[in-house]
Amino acid sequence: MSHAHKKDEILSHDLPATPLDPKTQAIRDAKIQVAMIGFCGCWGCTLSFLDMDEGLLELLEKVNITRSSMTDTKRIPGRMALGFIEGGIANSENIEVLEEYRENCDVLISVGACAVWGGVPAMRNVVPLEECFREAYIDSPTAVPSAKKVIPFHEDLPIITTTVKPLHEVVKIDYFIPGCPPDGGAILKVLDDLVNGRGFDLPSSMNRYD
Amino acid sequence: MSIKVTIDGKEVSARDGDNIIDVAAENGVYIPSLCYVKGKPCLGTCRTCSVKVNGNVMAACTIPVAEGMEIEVNEPEVTDMRKALVELLFSEGNHNCPSCEKSGRCELQATGYEVDMMVSRFPYRFTPRVVDHSSKTIFLQRDRCIFCQRCVDMIRDEKTGEKIFSIKGRGTHARIEIDTDLANEMSPQQVREASDLCPVGCIIDSTQGYDDPIGKRKFEVKTIRDRALERTHR
Ligand code: SF4
Ligand code: SF4
Ligand code: SF4
Repeated sequence: MSHAHKKDEILSHDLPATPLDPKTQAIRDAKIQVAMIGFCGCWGCTLSFLDMDEGLLELLEKVNITRSSMTDTKRIPGRMALGFIEGGIANSENIEVLEEYRENCDVLISVGACAVWGGVPAMRNVVPLEECFREAYIDSPTAVPSAKKVIPFHEDLPIITTTVKPLHEVVKIDYFIPGCPPDGGAILKVLDDLVNGRGFDLPSSMNRYD
Repeated sequence: MSIKVTIDGKEVSARDGDNIIDVAAENGVYIPSLCYVKGKPCLGTCRTCSVKVNGNVMAACTIPVAEGMEIEVNEPEVTDMRKALVELLFSEGNHNCPSCEKSGRCELQATGYEVDMMVSRFPYRFTPRVVDHSSKTIFLQRDRCIFCQRCVDMIRDEKTGEKIFSIKGRGTHARIEIDTDLANEMSPQQVREASDLCPVGCIIDSTQGYDDPIGKRKFEVKTIRDRALERTHR
């Protein structure tokens, strides 16, 4: 990400790495490039992605997953056809990374309630942020009694947004898959349609909000 | 008396005086609705049943059919209006379906699926709404109220006929209220009736939790569209 870092810092993706053998690299390069990420959510939607079961194997014949929590790649390595995003926008880093996804992906998909409208994390939206911090760090019933009570604040920490925002309130989003989480079957239907050049079509029988 | 109207260009016969929702359903055309209850006086509050009647947008539950009426249901502009109305309700309240007792039995949720809502086009407002636990029989989960007024009109004290529910305030200050004393007098049957009548998960029977497993819930067993067409959904 574009997060400014000091000159004497070396980031992991800048370290020298052994290149992949050319054949494997060529196979991967020929596929449809997909980047994934989870913002403020619970990773349940990514688990639903894995829930595509054997559908996943067929999909992987066509797509190459680059940056994602499963590959542990930390940067988007080039132009992506698809960005698959779980979770809502809850801090300044989320905003920065989401913008990077928008710049580098042809199509962005909001996956799951958190991405689509805020979901579970957005339950904090009806409570003032100060009260949330107070409850979490100062008056927390599980706080260690002897520990100093502080609300974390440091230039290296992302700034928490006042409310949790759906992705489409920050950048343009092309498609939405509701659900908490959506079924693996719904995710497979959408991805299979898109990678095979068909349009987005999630029938009402597969649509769900819970 | 039997009259002729057209629905989406197709001529059908109808009983004079029946409303458009019922006539359409009898002819296999589903019109979504959230406040209308078959057999009860129409409320006309939610407007989700908007259709075009002789070119003008009207709420289908409020309009009795008349000879020669041209009704458009699945016309693109008015179809999108109905969808927008459903989306508005999701933006106005706080609808976290996974934590809602009504999920799977909720008419708003089921209607969202029927109108193909993936997301609301309106900003989600996250208005704080206080839960009312004051009565022994009912919790009011105000986050989910869509102000359809079904409860206000149709649930009344069994002895005096007095209203138990009311809407206080206007516009963004509107709020569903419950008369605690009258609510405490409600029989378990009437409590269940009220909670079933509420199209969303606002009126919660305090003795009832999540009762049916996912996959076996009311609108999963049979969709709201099929129920409306069979006219059995209430
Ligand atoms: S939508 Fe639900 S499953 Fe997906 S990340 Fe949010 S909380 Fe988790
Ligand atoms: S009332 Fe219906 S739409 Fe609202 S949270 Fe409950 S199930 Fe979802
Ligand atoms: S509590 Fe339920 S029935 Fe009453 S107005 Fe609100 S949504 Fe309608």
